[in-house]
Amino acid sequence: MRRPLLNILLPLAIGVLVVALWYAVRYALTEDLKFLLPTPDEIWAALLANSESLGRATLNTTKGALLGFGFAVVVSFGLALLLSLSSLIRASLYPYLMILQMMPIIVIAPILVLWVGAGLNSVVVITFLICFFPLVVNTTQGLISTDRNLVELFRMYRATKWQETFRLRVPAALPYFFTGLRIAAVLAPIGALVGDYTAGSSAGDGGGLGFQAIIYSSQAKYSALFATAAVTCVLGFVFAAAVHILSWLMLAKWHDSYHRSDT
Amino acid sequence: MSGTPPIVTFQNVVKRYGDGPVVLDRVSFDAAPGDFISLIGPSGCGKSTLLRLIAGLSPVTGGDLAVDGRTPEDAATELSFVFQEPTLLPWLTVAHNIEVAQQLRGVPAAARAAARARAIDLVRLTGRGSAYPRQLSGGQKMRVSLARALTLEPKILLLDEPFGALDEMTREHLNEELLDIREKQAWTAFFVTHSVAEAVFLSNRILVMSVNPGRIHREVRVDLPYPRTGATRLSRPYHDLVAAVSGLLRSVENP
Ligand SMILES: Nc1ncnc2c1ncn2[C@@H]1O[C@H](COP(=O)(O)OP(=O)(O)O)[C@@H](O)[C@H]1O
Ligand SMILES: [Mg+2]
Repeated sequence: MRRPLLNILLPLAIGVLVVALWYAVRYALTEDLKFLLPTPDEIWAALLANSESLGRATLNTTKGALLGFGFAVVVSFGLALLLSLSSLIRASLYPYLMILQMMPIIVIAPILVLWVGAGLNSVVVITFLICFFPLVVNTTQGLISTDRNLVELFRMYRATKWQETFRLRVPAALPYFFTGLRIAAVLAPIGALVGDYTAGSSAGDGGGLGFQAIIYSSQAKYSALFATAAVTCVLGFVFAAAVHILSWLMLAKWHDSYHRSDT
Repeated sequence: MSGTPPIVTFQNVVKRYGDGPVVLDRVSFDAAPGDFISLIGPSGCGKSTLLRLIAGLSPVTGGDLAVDGRTPEDAATELSFVFQEPTLLPWLTVAHNIEVAQQLRGVPAAARAAARARAIDLVRLTGRGSAYPRQLSGGQKMRVSLARALTLEPKILLLDEPFGALDEMTREHLNEELLDIREKQAWTAFFVTHSVAEAVFLSNRILVMSVNPGRIHREVRVDLPYPRTGATRLSRPYHDLVAAVSGLLRSVENP
């Protein structure tokens, strides 16, 4: 914050440079290859031209991402509480969590379609699977990393297990929880997109951004594909920003991470 | 004082952890209500263990220990603790930190607020209730920790090297404040310290302990009158006592 002008000008300059380079490459391309790299203004035009289908798809993907993310937060929190109880429980369950995380989405997508049906249901499950792991690992780590002196204090005052959990371990785990939440927030829209791409359906709600991407590519609408990518980025940014704001609200007053002296 | 029964009685108390060596060996003494007893001795001689026994956090291996006429476990609600670390919850304000001990004991909100207000004044943090621990100095954090212990209006206060991590000036200030508070709240104190000067300034009795096994080597009575002030530290009897206790401590550290 000591060089506010530079802090604004530098990113701006880089942005201008990238766009200039973009146009330069485009004009260097021969006429028959120009379709490979639409310019920003062409992408914008495609966005407007396809606003109806893109808008509907964005709404559906947002819904899938939010639901999958939400379920992942709730379930991972419960599981983290269980895992924090003993190292035996952790040792017994971690291998299976790893396996869950290793499962390739592309392979299980068709299975999920059979189990819960194509479309929103599958998208939610796939988003859940992608968000779940970073959440459960970070929250568990937070719950078991409570300052030993504070635990001792609670034991000395004969705190119940319930008090120790919800007055001490859970608030102490918040910074870790938010680390997981930030990772999951970035993954959620991507998860929903991948889910939609591999297990989406136009039936019912008309599908999300992933499904829309399939349609655009089959129609050779490359500018619209770029527009889809841009919308996905914006969606990811909104998710990330929302979590950052929430984190700031919950932690800024007391946690050192918001008060590190800048070097 | 001769008529009042002791508040803590150690009779030939022996303590071992599991199959480990004898940590405390035949410890016997009585504490009268209002005593300020300092425990001083080489590290590992069982000072913290002795406090844990009083708190009922660990059972005695042999002998008898009575606290407030009961077993330590039954008397646990009469006690408060202060540790070397301030052990504050960083996500709570000073005011909420001070209430934590009472919350854990299930004290209703209205009573909590009143006790908190009294405690915050006692430790001279009036007006700092909405600050967070990270905004406080080491000495202020220790005051919050002390205030938290005082809200329970305990009969017995157990302090395990509470000012050990503070600089000399802050420590002397807090020593004086602790004695001021003692004038207003009558508790019995067990105070572990490595500082002879601090022990002499605060206590009416000092137990000098020896190690391997932990025993009470000698008791020193400090007959300096209360209230004690900065002037006490300049007096001749004070310096003589500091010298005497330092000598005893040297003799148990290098037997
Ligand atoms: N929970 C415990 N289990 C086993 N041994 C312990 C435990 N607590 C303390 N001890 C041992 O008891 C002895 C006295 O420890 P402590 O009471 O902490 O001494 P001090 O506070 O005087 O330094 C030490 O040898 C220590 O290793
Ligand atoms: Mg100790």
